[in-house]
Amino acid sequence: MPSDPAALWVGPHPTHSSIEAARERLHLNEPLYTRFFYFVRDLARGDLGVSIRTHNPVSEDIFKAFGATFELIVFAEILAVIVGIPLGVYSAVKKDSFIDNASRVLAVAGVSLPGFWMGMILQLVFFRYLGLLPLSGRVDTLMSITNPIAEKTGFYLIDTLISGNFSAMWDVFKHMILPGLTLAAYPIGLITRQVRSMMIEVLNENYIRTASAYGIKKRKIYFGYALKNSLAPAMVTLGLSFAYTLVGAFLIELIFNWPGLGRYAANSILSMDYPAIVGVTLIVAVTYVVINFIVDLIQAKIDPRIKL
Amino acid sequence: MKRRLSWFSVLVIFAVVIMALLAPIIAPYPQQALGEPNPAERLQPPSWKHIMGTDHMGRDIFSRIIYGSRTSLIVGISVTFLAALIGLPVGIVAGYYGGFVDTILMRVTDIFLAFPPLLLALLISSTMGKGFGNAIIALVISWWPWYARLARSQAVSTKNLAFVEAARSSGVSNVMIMLRHIFPSSIPPVVVQGTMDMGTAILEAAALSFLGLGIQPPAPDWGLMVSEGKNYFLNYWWIPTFPGLFIFLLVMSFNLLGDLVRESVDPRLRRRFF
Repeated sequence: MPSDPAALWVGPHPTHSSIEAARERLHLNEPLYTRFFYFVRDLARGDLGVSIRTHNPVSEDIFKAFGATFELIVFAEILAVIVGIPLGVYSAVKKDSFIDNASRVLAVAGVSLPGFWMGMILQLVFFRYLGLLPLSGRVDTLMSITNPIAEKTGFYLIDTLISGNFSAMWDVFKHMILPGLTLAAYPIGLITRQVRSMMIEVLNENYIRTASAYGIKKRKIYFGYALKNSLAPAMVTLGLSFAYTLVGAFLIELIFNWPGLGRYAANSILSMDYPAIVGVTLIVAVTYVVINFIVDLIQAKIDPRIKL
Repeated sequence: MKRRLSWFSVLVIFAVVIMALLAPIIAPYPQQALGEPNPAERLQPPSWKHIMGTDHMGRDIFSRIIYGSRTSLIVGISVTFLAALIGLPVGIVAGYYGGFVDTILMRVTDIFLAFPPLLLALLISSTMGKGFGNAIIALVISWWPWYARLARSQAVSTKNLAFVEAARSSGVSNVMIMLRHIFPSSIPPVVVQGTMDMGTAILEAAALSFLGLGIQPPAPDWGLMVSEGKNYFLNYWWIPTFPGLFIFLLVMSFNLLGDLVRESVDPRLRRRFF
């Protein structure tokens, strides 16, 4: 299998002259520093080059794929927060109860699960044997013809909601549950553990005991005082889990045939599509940094002790 | 409950180690495990003859799983060990000397830490080419900065302690101090982290081989087996299910073990090691 970029560019029927032409076009005959200059110059203009595999501009390919992946990631993280935080709180409050032990085991399991395997198992159970949920993709092909989705934000759930396309929305949701759940397993595990250990620490503090002695209702103590103070590390964990979710999405997109960044990257890697690989890496790294930054901001907002 | 969990995890790890060491003896079909195809018995469900069924090339899955334990354990141990081997000296030197050396070394590690963990390994793997050794190298390259950081913070907090100052004023050379005083105190957190990391390392290696970037067919690796089963699993559920189950159990056991180790070394309980 050739890994000569020019040969790959030309595609299935390379002739000597077409490969030469490709070399010229891709500036492959020029020295390394010239090519690096082209790269940086194009980058400054927002041009990530042209994909060797699809012959589309890389930025265009990535933009389309990004929305799909991002929606999945956000869905998974929201799921993680909705499930993880209450579970962690309950675990801490009812320490050493059955639910506490069960959730601790579940949390470790979530962190240890191979995402690609879990996805397959879910597909087996819910598609093959129960027939409840669809196998793959974002939207049913039939549905996309009868009720096409007006793509405004790239987030299908939002788009269908805005345009009142409720049957498509239900379909999109059904398609998102399994991959979202698989992706959420890891963050749920992380967040549950974090919230639980922080809550336990905080609940032992003196000011909690004082509040309880004053007769403040238990629920207000837990959610008003304790949770707020234990949320900060949980936010950090959330931000860090984004990184893992981003990468986990790669694998899960392969299994669920999700038209996202992961599938694009995997195809690029497998076909040695260097401009695409570089573009994806850049975008992912930038996204990662931006997300961490946002998490820092949120953390500073919640905890007034932290100064920016 | 905690004791039951810890026994469970030790048991699993022990079982896997036995599997790895005694693979040729335990496996019912060792040649099949190593890749000899058996087209007559393709895609058979679990039966008395093949406890976990056969895969698309007729190979006994149970035997392949037993042999696959080797690669998983080797990866887990070597990646963690090598990453610590590289990370510890870097961290200790950076933490001890401080100043310019520290800044440079930390900037370098920051570059590596800026990447989401698996992504860096993916990148390095794809540029270096496929193969088991390359996968290990890729994982080690993406892991070592974490240990460097850990070692560095330990070094920083140890270097100002009284006994180090005493050694310095006695004229002990810097290198000697680092070796005999700083290094031993940096080991505990690295060991704790390493135990926890072994599970994750195995998981990441499985992900790499699932993507085809790690160990190559026909080698029996759990991640690879899951990937091979991907095309068949809807009708032949046993092909990816069993390997993945083993990955899950092994990783979970390492994680549980790591948690236990961490809880027993908790500084809040004031355990002293030196």
